Amino acid sequence: MKFAVIVFPGSNCDADMFFAIRDALKEEVEYVRYDETSLDGFDGVLLPGGFSYGDYLRSGAIAGFAPIMAAVRQAAAEGKPVLGVCNGFQMLLELGLLPGAMKRNEGLKFICRPTELIVENNETMFTSGYEAGEQITIPVAHGEGNYECDDKTLAELKANKQIVFTYKENINGSKANIAGIKNEAGNVLGMMPHPERAVEEMLGSKDGLKLFQSIVRNWRESHVTTS
Amino acid sequence: MSLLLEPTAERVKEEKLYREMGLTDDEFAMIEDILGRTPNYTETGLFSVMWSEHCSYKNSKVLLKKFPTEGERVLQGPGEGAGIIDIGDEQAVVFKVESHNHPSAIEPYQGAATGVGGILRDVFSMGARPISLLNSLRFGELTSPRVRYLFEEVVAGIAGYGNCIGVPTVGGEVQFDPCYEGNPLVNAMCVGLIDHKDIQKGQAKGVGNTVMYVGASTGRDGIHGATFASEELGEDSDEKRPAVQVGDPFMEKLLLEACLELIQSDALVGIQDMGAAGLTSSSAEMASKAGSGIEMNLDLVPQREKGMTPYEMMLSESQERMLIVVKKGREQEIKDIFDRWGLLSAEVGHVTDDKRLRLLHKGEVVADLPVDALAEEAPVYHKPSRVPAYYEAFQQQEEKVPAVSDYKETLLQLLAQPTIASKEWVYDQYDYMVQTNTVVEPGSDAAVVRIRGTRKALAMTTDCNSRYLYLDPEVGGQIAVAEAARNIVCSGGAPLGLTDGLNYGSPDKPEIFWQLEKSTDGMSEACRVLETPVIGGNVSLYNETNGVAVYPTPVIGMVGLIEDTDHITTQSFKQAGDYIYLLGETKPEFGGSELQKLTDGTISGKAPMIDLTVEKKRQEQLLTAIKQGLVASAHDVAEGGVAVALAECMTDGEVGASVTLAGEATAALFAESQSRFIVTVAKENAAQFEQLVEAQKIGEVSAGRVLTVKNEDHETILTTTQNEIVKAWKGAIPCLLKSKA
Repeated sequence: MKFAVIVFPGSNCDADMFFAIRDALKEEVEYVRYDETSLDGFDGVLLPGGFSYGDYLRSGAIAGFAPIMAAVRQAAAEGKPVLGVCNGFQMLLELGLLPGAMKRNEGLKFICRPTELIVENNETMFTSGYEAGEQITIPVAHGEGNYECDDKTLAELKANKQIVFTYKENINGSKANIAGIKNEAGNVLGMMPHPERAVEEMLGSKDGLKLFQSIVRNWRESHVTTS
Repeated sequence: MSLLLEPTAERVKEEKLYREMGLTDDEFAMIEDILGRTPNYTETGLFSVMWSEHCSYKNSKVLLKKFPTEGERVLQGPGEGAGIIDIGDEQAVVFKVESHNHPSAIEPYQGAATGVGGILRDVFSMGARPISLLNSLRFGELTSPRVRYLFEEVVAGIAGYGNCIGVPTVGGEVQFDPCYEGNPLVNAMCVGLIDHKDIQKGQAKGVGNTVMYVGASTGRDGIHGATFASEELGEDSDEKRPAVQVGDPFMEKLLLEACLELIQSDALVGIQDMGAAGLTSSSAEMASKAGSGIEMNLDLVPQREKGMTPYEMMLSESQERMLIVVKKGREQEIKDIFDRWGLLSAEVGHVTDDKRLRLLHKGEVVADLPVDALAEEAPVYHKPSRVPAYYEAFQQQEEKVPAVSDYKETLLQLLAQPTIASKEWVYDQYDYMVQTNTVVEPGSDAAVVRIRGTRKALAMTTDCNSRYLYLDPEVGGQIAVAEAARNIVCSGGAPLGLTDGLNYGSPDKPEIFWQLEKSTDGMSEACRVLETPVIGGNVSLYNETNGVAVYPTPVIGMVGLIEDTDHITTQSFKQAGDYIYLLGETKPEFGGSELQKLTDGTISGKAPMIDLTVEKKRQEQLLTAIKQGLVASAHDVAEGGVAVALAECMTDGEVGASVTLAGEATAALFAESQSRFIVTVAKENAAQFEQLVEAQKIGEVSAGRVLTVKNEDHETILTTTQNEIVKAWKGAIPCLLKSKA
C-alpha cells in the first residue's frame, strides 16, 4: 500500500508521519507538496499536523485552498482512506469533508501530553484492529482541539456511529468528549491525537500503530476481493 | 522624509547624541581616531550596536578567555553562530544558549518567542537541523501579580514559537527568587544535528561574490535592541517597547527548510543570521572573519515600511532574516530555492577586498567604515573588582542547622516550593514530542533525544543554582557545571561540552564585576576537571532594576552522548526489592538551601563545598555502572536534599521506598551537600555494582506507594505516601497561579 503525506507550508508532523509509515508500519510512503495537483498512484492520503500557513487566519483555513486539495477531495470521493491528524483534522473540517469546527482549548492553553482515548467504534477501516471500547494511550499536542458542532450534527454523528475516538477525560472542552470522527462513508477520519507519535515502545506507546495496521489490512482485504 | 530629520555629524558630536545610542565620550573619541574624521549619524549607530556589550563582549572578554574551549571532539568553538561537537559516524551536535531578558521584561510573550527564534537561527545557520529546544527561566516570587503575568506570558511565548516551528521543547528549568522580580531571565537553548560535510561558516569570502538577503523583510521593529539589552532596566523601560521584536514562527519554519536546502548547494559561500544588530553585525562580522569587505546598496533591501533610513535598516532587528554570500553567477539557483518556499531573496551587494563596510542609499555613500573596527576593535574593559561586604559577612557566619520539628511537614512544604515543585504546568504547554525522538520527557534530570537511524541518543540539560553563586560565586560556578554534568550522567550520557548563558548585574559596579570574575574562575576550573569545554554562549549584563542586581546566574546548557539507547536511565524507582544506594557524603550544609529559604525567608552563610576530583571520580563510576546495565534508576541529589530526591523518584511509579539514614536527621534529610546521587540497583546486580561504585546502601524500593525514613536507632522519622507527595509537588504551581491575592 502506498501512502501520500501532504506537506503544506508550516506542516511540522509530516516527517513523523512519514517515519511512522516507513519504519514502524513498513509500507511505501512519499511526500506530496501542497502545490501539486495529483494523487494518482497513492492508495491512502495522510494530512499531517503542524501549523499550516501559520494557522494565522484560522487553523487549517488557508490549507483548504491549496492546489492539492482538489485531489484530496477526489481521493475521498473515490473511497480511498484519508486520515487527518491534528492540523489535518482541522483541514478536513475546513474542507467540509467532516462536520463541525474547532475552538481554542478550554483553558486557552496549548496542551501536550499522553492521553487516554476510548475506541468508540472499532468497525471502521481505521480501527478494526482495536477492541470495542478499548482504552488506548495516544498523545495530543494542540491549542485548538475543542470540537464543536450543533446538536443536530451531534445526533447524526451518534446515529451514524461516526464518533470513532473519545477522550476518557475531557482535556480540551470538546463536545461529547470527541477526539476523532469519520465521515458517513467511513473512509475519512479526522482526529486530534497523534497516532504517528505512538508507534514505538521507546517513545512511550505503540497504541497508534494498530490504526495504521488497520488501514493496511482493510485495504488489502478489499483489494483481494475486488481483484 | 526622515532623512531630513537626521542630525548631521557635527550635531552628533556637539550635542553628544551618541550617548543616547549607548556610546561613551571616550568610545566616540576612539571612533573619531580610527576614522580620522567624525562619523555621521548612521555610522555612529553602526558603531554603537557593534560596540555594545551584547555584540562585542567588551566587559566580559577578559573573563571569557579563561574558559577551556578546546577538546578532542570540538569541531567549532566560540565565534560562530553556535559551537559544534563531534558525536561519531560523521555526525555532530550543534548547540548554543542565548538570553532574551530585557525584551521579556517589557513584552514577555514576544520577548520569549523571539528569543527562541533567534537561537534556532543561530543553529540552523550553521547548517544543522534543530532537534530540541531547552530553556532556563528566572522570575520573582509567584505571589506577585506582575510576576504571574510575566511567567504565564513567557511560557506562552516559548510555546507559541517552538510548537509552531515544530522543534520539541524537551527540557529546562524554572526558578523563583525575589531578586528576579523586575528583571526576569529568559535563556533559550537550541540543539541541532549535523553531518560534518554540511558545516557552514559565516564568512564573506571571494571578492566579487554576491551578498544576498533572504527571509522576512526589514521593518522598524527592534531598532537598537542590542543596545537596549546592554542597559539597566528602569522606570522608563516600558518606553523601550519598540525595541522589542515581533516573531513569526511560520516564516521561520519556511526559512529553516529553505536554508537546510540551501546548504546542500555548492553555490553557497557563507551564511549568517541577522540576529542582534541585524544587517550591521551579519555583514561586518562575515567580512571581518573572511578578511574581506562588503558593499551593499540599501535601496535593494526588502523593506516592509516606507521611507526607512539607512540607520533604521541597519539597526533593525526584524526577525527571520539571513545574510548569505553566494558564488557570482549562481544567484538564480539560490533565488529558486527561496521562491519554492515563498520567501524573499534579494541581491543587495558584493564582497570587496578593501576590508570596509560601504553602504549606498539613493545613490550616495551613507557609511564607509573599516569592518575590523566594527567587529573586532571594540574597546576591551577590565573593570575594577571589589569583594562585596555581604560575602565577607556570610563567610564569617556560623553554620546553623535550621530548626525543623516535623520532618514530614517540612518535606511536603519543600516539595511545594515553586523552585522544587513539578513544572508540569509549564511543559504541558510545550510540544516536547514533535519529531518523534524524545525518549525522556521534561521533568527528569536530563531530557533524552534519540538520533534516528542509530543506537545513539543525546542527553541535554540546563542548570544553575544562583543562590550558591550569590553566596560564593567561585564555588557556585563550580557547582553549576558539576550539577549539569551530574544530570547528564544520571541519564546514561557522557558529558560532551557546554554552552553558557552568563546573566549578571552591571559590570560597572566593582562588586558585580567581582561576581563575574569569581564565578567564571569557578566554572573554568570545573570545565577543566570534568573535561567539558565551553563551545559558545552569551553574555547578558545590566540585569538590574532600579539599581538592584539579579543573583549571578551563569546558566549551563550541557549536552552528553549516550552511546547506546539501552543505557538510557531515568530517576523513577522501578521494581520493589531493588536496593537504594546513596553516593556521596552528607554534611550539615544549609547555606543557600531550600530549607534555609523556607525557614529563614532568605539565604545566607556559605555555599556547600565541592571537591571536583571527587565529583569527577563519582560520575565516572556511576556512568560505568550504568553502561554495564547495573543501574535501575539514578537521580542527583539537589535542592531539598536526600528527602526531596527520594520523593521525586517515586512520583510516577507504583512503588515506594524504605530507607535508613545515619547521622543528624535534618542534615541527613535536607542538607544540600554536593556530588551525591540516589541510585537503585536490582538485587542480582548489587555485588557487581558495589565493586564498581563507592556507595552506601540505605534501603530498598518497597511495594506500597509509601516513603518511610528511619534513623540509625530504627525509629521512623518520616513517613508519607505517594499521594501526599504528588499533591504537594504537582499542585503548588497551578495553585499559586490561581490565587489572585
